[in-house]
Amino acid sequence: MLQIHCPYCQEPRSEEEFSYAGEANIRRPENPAALGDEAWADYLHFRSNPRGPHQEMWFHAAGCRRYFNAERDTVSYEILKVWPLAKVP
Amino acid sequence: MQRYSLFSLVKHALSHHERWAPAWPEPEPKSAYDIVIVGGGGHGLATAYYLAKVHGITDVAVVEKGWIGGGNTGRNTTIVRSNYLRDEAARLYEFALKLWENLSRELNFNVMFSPRGVLNLGHTLQDMRDIERRVNANRLNGIDGEVLNTAQVQQKVPLMNCSPSARYPVLGASWQPRGGVARHDAVAWGYARGAAALGVDILQHTPVTDIRVRNNVAEGVETPRGFIRARKVACVAAGHSGVLAAMAGVRLPIESRPLQALVSEPLKPCLDTVVMSNAVHCYVSQADKGDLVIGAGTDGWNGYGQRGAFHVVEHALQAVCELFPAFRGVRMNRQWGGIVDICPDACPIIGKAAVEGLHFNCGWGTGGFKATPGSGYVFADTLANERPHPLAAPFGMERFHTGALIDEHGAAGVAH
Repeated sequence: MLQIHCPYCQEPRSEEEFSYAGEANIRRPENPAALGDEAWADYLHFRSNPRGPHQEMWFHAAGCRRYFNAERDTVSYEILKVWPLAKVP
Repeated sequence: MQRYSLFSLVKHALSHHERWAPAWPEPEPKSAYDIVIVGGGGHGLATAYYLAKVHGITDVAVVEKGWIGGGNTGRNTTIVRSNYLRDEAARLYEFALKLWENLSRELNFNVMFSPRGVLNLGHTLQDMRDIERRVNANRLNGIDGEVLNTAQVQQKVPLMNCSPSARYPVLGASWQPRGGVARHDAVAWGYARGAAALGVDILQHTPVTDIRVRNNVAEGVETPRGFIRARKVACVAAGHSGVLAAMAGVRLPIESRPLQALVSEPLKPCLDTVVMSNAVHCYVSQADKGDLVIGAGTDGWNGYGQRGAFHVVEHALQAVCELFPAFRGVRMNRQWGGIVDICPDACPIIGKAAVEGLHFNCGWGTGGFKATPGSGYVFADTLANERPHPLAAPFGMERFHTGALIDEHGAAGVAH
């Protein structure tokens, strides 16, 4: 089980308080009406799914109920850093 | 290939079983093949077998980073069934189930397929409505299925707590009599032996370190044993499919997650069917050795670490203990986490990637074992004929562009 340091609550909490929100930094298309099928599919479904460091979003569902970003190694599961959504590390 | 029979068993008994030939040889890699299959699990080996057997294509290598039977194929809960909701999925899994029924004879290798029936429990009124719908859909597709009430479930599984005061009251179940379990590593060994006998090279301990792509055409794979040129590269690497895709510079609509399972100490025979429950997340059967084989869920996040979170295991075991009070004192022997490739619609991807000559058979997620023979058969046909096998056609990568997803989350035996 992971211990995740919530950047808002500023303390480590059990993984069970959080839910996973997938790969980070996926921007909603600026002009959806102009988007072709492939670009839509890319935005909705296609992911980098790396083996190693992975930037991802988490939701502190049973805590402050806010989203934040984390960088986590998908092999060692070590959480390398966490930061609030608005900030860039 | 040395055929296995009662006669050969008796003959080798005379020499104290010391003169059996290896089931398959350990060849040196050639510099080029017609088709290189990356991944020596059940699906990859079945693909090689049917390429050679059905299509006469024997210039094939299966490259495997570990050893045959050492990956997810040899570490799963071995459940075989075909009671899927959607027509496309039901046809594909039913095709696989029909191959299972004759597989030991086909391979001359006992895969111990045991059609002991599969129960999917319903604990709420909505569960029962979903079960009715799924069983009706199955029967329209020619797949066996029945809806059982509480008393009928209790009769099949006397150890289950079916009382109305149970924490998870059993209102009924779906029942697929032709479903069951099989010996998982025998499936890998049987296909490896069969494919090797037809001329396929099986290259163990040969990890693929890169896929060489030039002008958007896949040319072959780099390995520590040298570059292997291939006219077609077929990736069948389950949870590591995304890693291979990245080598070729493409992305897949897949996330890799750890999926856990456990086996207990061996017990006297006490459970002669497969019990699954979607709502409380538990699936359990008893292996021929006597151990309870228990499936837990996937972790909620991407991972390649081949281990999962403890609370996921705890959740599954809570459900097992509530449904089977007699199992509370049973000790668990082993636990493992395999990396599975989850698609947004919980259905596989069988087909071409954006790179010429690069093909994928992946995305089977948490339930690929049951499909092993069918998956190999349709993928071999797809590779050999340069067009999707009719059963594989709905499962191409392009469904993510057209939006024609095949939503099987609800009809998977358990929710992941």
